[in-house]
Parts: sequence; structure tokens; C-alpha cells
Amino acid sequence: MTALVLCSLVFGVGLYVVLTRREIIAILAGVELMLGSANILLVALASFAGADGGVIGSVALAVLVVAAAEAAVGLALVVSLARRSKRSRVEELLEVKG
Amino acid sequence: MTLFASNPWLAVAVPVFVALVVAVAGKRLVGMTQWFAVLAPVTAGMVGIAGWNSTAGPQSTSWLSQAGTSIETGIAVDGLSAIMLIVVGVVATMVVVFSVGYMAHDESRARYFALLAIFTAAMCLLVMSTSLVTLFIGWELVGACSYLLIGFWYRKASAASAAMKAFLTTRVGDVGMLLGLALLWKATGSLDIAVITGAAPGLAAGTATLAALLLFMGAAGKSAQFPLHIWLPDAMEGPTPVSALIHAATMVAAGVFLIARMWPVFDASEAARTVVLWIGTFTAIFAATVACVQTDIKKVLAYSTISQLGFMFAALGAGAWGAAMFHLVTHAAFKSLLFLGSGSVIHGAKTQDIREMGGLARFMPVTAATWIVGAVALAGIPPLSGFFSKDAVLASVLHASPLAASVLFAASLLTAFYAFRVTSLVFFGKGRGTTVAHESPLSMTAPLVVLAVLAATLGFMGDPIMTALGLEPEILSFAVAGVSVMVAVLGLCSACALYVNGLGQASRLSERFSALHRLLLGGWGVDALVQRVFIAPVIRFAGALYVWLDRLIIDRAVEGVGTGSQFIGRFMANLQSGETDVYASLAAVGFIVLMGIVLWIGR
Repeated sequence: MTALVLCSLVFGVGLYVVLTRREIIAILAGVELMLGSANILLVALASFAGADGGVIGSVALAVLVVAAAEAAVGLALVVSLARRSKRSRVEELLEVKG
Repeated sequence: MTLFASNPWLAVAVPVFVALVVAVAGKRLVGMTQWFAVLAPVTAGMVGIAGWNSTAGPQSTSWLSQAGTSIETGIAVDGLSAIMLIVVGVVATMVVVFSVGYMAHDESRARYFALLAIFTAAMCLLVMSTSLVTLFIGWELVGACSYLLIGFWYRKASAASAAMKAFLTTRVGDVGMLLGLALLWKATGSLDIAVITGAAPGLAAGTATLAALLLFMGAAGKSAQFPLHIWLPDAMEGPTPVSALIHAATMVAAGVFLIARMWPVFDASEAARTVVLWIGTFTAIFAATVACVQTDIKKVLAYSTISQLGFMFAALGAGAWGAAMFHLVTHAAFKSLLFLGSGSVIHGAKTQDIREMGGLARFMPVTAATWIVGAVALAGIPPLSGFFSKDAVLASVLHASPLAASVLFAASLLTAFYAFRVTSLVFFGKGRGTTVAHESPLSMTAPLVVLAVLAATLGFMGDPIMTALGLEPEILSFAVAGVSVMVAVLGLCSACALYVNGLGQASRLSERFSALHRLLLGGWGVDALVQRVFIAPVIRFAGALYVWLDRLIIDRAVEGVGTGSQFIGRFMANLQSGETDVYASLAAVGFIVLMGIVLWIGR
């Protein structure tokens, strides 16, 4: 139960950060928090269901690795954007529209 | 010969192969390919000759087999199909040879000869089938070839619409035939002809009558019997050799063949035979009267064909299917001779209007001599072929219904009259045309001579034909023969007397009875009636459908989908502002709504 509360809290904080902050790096950090909360939920539910710890551990680890890779790509994008056009806030990025 | 006797499928396969080669070779090999095309009908004729007395059983195969049922298809050559194969083979060979001369100046000769070969294949399939399914496939394929060849000069609007008329009119009959097939399938559980004919005597009277009448509907469409005859006069828009092959000798006779093939079904129903007898008799007299006033040489022959097919159907209705087949054979010879002769005349005189011809015998001696043989055979004067077969028909009809026989005697009188009306107008008297006629080349006159010999002598083939069909030979009935010869001579003499001095007397006569003349010229107004009763309402109905259904509902629906998408697209495009935080909030709101729905449902 504690794990579920923790998971919801972390997800809520992540969502709040994504929706309220204007800096791209902060938004990226919020997304990472949401991803982390999903990982917590995965492990928590697996242990409720009585799954093999080793298997779940390796799946969670794989998620962490993917999250790290994703964070690296995301940060690289932000850095190169900032270098090119000196922009690091979302309201400055208006090209992505229909 | 044994090759053909044991492999009857060659009669279908070789023409298909020939058609492919001719079509692919196209313009490049045209000098050779048109002679190569002769191979197709020759094979058909050889299979027929080899199968005349053959005892080879049917070659069959299962088709579309699933869940314990299958359609047994196969081909076999028996007496009936051997006769048809020989008729098809001989006439088609003559027509192909004739066409080499007749179509010499045409651009699309390759298409023409390929279609003739395909037609031969389809006709062979039709007559050799042991199953009604493959028979029906052949039946439709000859119809399709007829459509393509009537509309051969498709840039001419009248040819294109004549082709469509032929196709649609025969379709009316074919729907009936398909229903008949379904009924027979339901009643006997099989579409194998042998099974159906075996089970026919045990059918309930109502079923047998309905099945026979539905089959007759198909036959009447194909063989141009009243009231489905209206397509045949228009079919003359096609090249003349095609009229000789398809619309005189073979395809239009397929209806007679079908009834002969399915004879036990008709034998089981007195009522259906009476209908066939009277439709045939009426068609014979009706078409003969119309033929007497037509001025287009091919139209005369077309109505004459309808009338002669009426004779055959009258014989079928009287129960004498052997006599009908005999008349089919002799008619194939003399009518294809007359058609090819008219082709030669048209080729030489450059017109189809008999009022613009005259005195052609001097310029076209071979055509004139062979034409006269054909006309005498058509009129039924002994000892030419038409006399014997018409005698067999008249004797059998007299036996069944004296009233119908007397109508047919009147039709024979008119037959002799119109045959010699055309003969004297075209070949004798003073020339009324503007062009100087010339005799046709050898490739056109040679088939005329061969067919003239056949038309003169086939009458003596009556006994072998009856034997091949497994029937008793007809005995010439002298009373009937005497009356029919008298009637024929009367018609012949009155035509010669009326037209010996050209058109003067006849036009005075037609002015005095102008109402009657107009009625006959328009084919008793059947065409106009069909136009008013069927075609005009259908066109009005289609026009209404176009306005109400097409424009108002279907078009609106399609256009509505288009404008709706555009509207939604414009609305949605406004949401794509490019502000990433708005996207994120919308995604979050969407997620929460989705979660709410999931929780609500999973409560």
C-alpha cells in the first residue's frame, strides 16, 4: 500500500512539474519522475502478485537503462537546441503546430 | 481420325489456341494468320466427323468439389453434337475463307479472326457439354462473341447500340434459362444432362412444365423467337460473314439444339410443347410477312432466319425434334449461302438497298447462280435440301395440329415470295444502281460454290441424320409434299410476276395499302411497343434514380464526408498551436479522463 501511495505521489509531482515549469530541462526531469513512478508501480504490483524477484528485478533494471538512455537523448536534444538558437523555454518553441 | 475421336476436347482447345496466336500475332502476320484461322473450324468439323458413329464415352471431371458435392463437367460427342459440330465446322470454315476476301481492306482483321476462332471454341463447348453448367458457359460465351462481332465496327454508333440490344435482349432469355437450371438442380439434384433427362419422366407435371418453359425462354432469346426476336434484324450491323455464321447458321440455332438436347423434359410436359408449337408457328408467319417488304437485303435475310427458326420450333413443339434438327442442318447450309451471297453482292454493288440493285446477274454470274440455288432451297422446291426438311417439319406439325400446319403453309408461300422478290430485284431487270458491280474474288466465290452444292444435296442426308439421332427415318409424305411444292411455286411465280418490271407495280401496291405496308415495314410495331412498354419506363426509372438516389443521397453522402473531413480538419488544426505545454496539459487531461472511464467500467 505504501508503495502505491509513493508511486502516486511521485507521478503526481512529475506531472505537476511537466505542466507548470517552463524550462525544458525541468520538464524533462518531470517526465523522468513519471517514468520512475511507473517503475515503482511495476515492482510493487509484481511483489503483490508473488512474482519471482529476480525476474522482476531484471525487468525493472531494463526499464531504468532505457530511461537513462532516453534521458541522455533528451538532454542532448535540449543542449543542441540551446546551442543553436539560445532557446531553453517551451513558449519559445512554436514551430510544432498543424 | 482416331486422334479426333478419342480427344474431342481438341475441338475446344485448338480454336482457343488459334485465337491466342492470331490475337498475339496481330497485324504483323496478317497474311498468314487469316489462313491459320481456318485451322479452328476445321478441327471442330473433324471432331464432329470422327464422332459421328463413335462409341467413346464422355470425358468428365469434377469441378468446384467441396463438402461431398461437386459439379460434374465433361464433354462427349454423340449423334446430336456430332451433327452440330459438323455444321459449325463446315459453315465456319466457309465463313473464314470468305472473310479473307471480304475483310481484305479492314484494319482490325486480327481481332476479327481471333473472335471467329473464340466463337468456334465456345460453340463446340456448348454442343459437346455433358453438363448444363458448361453448356451454359458456352451459351454465354457465344453470346459474348456475338456481341463483340455485331459491334465489330464499334465506331459506328448504330453498330454499338445494335450489339448492346442483342446482348440485353438475349439476356432476358438467359435469366429464364438460369432459373430453369436452378429449378432442375432443385428437382433432380444434378445438372448432368444424362441424369436430368433420365429423371425427367418422373418429374411432377408442374415442375416439368415450368422447367421446360424456362429453358424455352433461353432458347427463344438465343434463337430470336417472338417476342425476343427484336435483336436479330439489328444484329445485321455486324460484318456479313458474321451474320452468316452466328446469326443464321450456328448460334441462333443453339436454341433448337438446347431443346433437342433436353428433349425428355419437354416430352414430360404437354403444355410446354403447345407453347413452343404456337410461339414457333406465330414467329414463322409473322417474320415471313415482315420479310416481304424489307428493302435492306440483310434485313430480309434476318427476318427470313427468324421465320425459319420458327419452323424449327414448331416442329419441336409438335414433338418432332429430329425434323427440327434436319431443318436446322439444311437451313444452316442455304441460309449461310444466302448471307455470304448477300455479302458478295454488297461487296460488289457497294450498297445494301435492293432498290438500288438490279441486273447484277450479268456482272456477278457465280454469285447469282449460287444465290438462286440458295433461294430455291429456301423456297422449298424439290429436289433441293429445303424441300425435304420443310416437308418433314410440315408433316410432323400437321400430325400435331392441322391449324398450325395451315399457318405454316401460308408462311412457306410468303417464304417463296420474298426469296424471289429479292432474287428478281437484285439479279434481274435493269440496273438501278450508280456503281458498276464486279464479281468477287475467288476466296469469296469458292465458299459460295461449296455451300451451294451442300444446299442442293443435303436434303438426301435426312435418313443418316435421323439414324445418328437414334430416330426412325422420316417417310416423305406425298400429300404434304404436293401442297408445299404448289405453295412454293405459287409464291415464286407471284414474286416474279410482281417484280419482273422492277419496282413500279409493287410500289403502286404499297401505296394503296400504305398503312399495312408501314406496319409490316416496322416489324408489326414490336420494336416500337418494346420501346414504349419496357425501355422508356426503364429509362424514366433510371433517370429518377439518378436524380433521387445518385444526386440526392449518394452524391450528398460522398460530398458530405469530404466537406465534413475538411471542417473537422480546420477545427483540429487550430488545436495544434505549437505550444508544447498545451499539448502536455491536453495529454494529461486525456489520461485522467481515460483513467476515470476505466475505473468507472471496472467498478
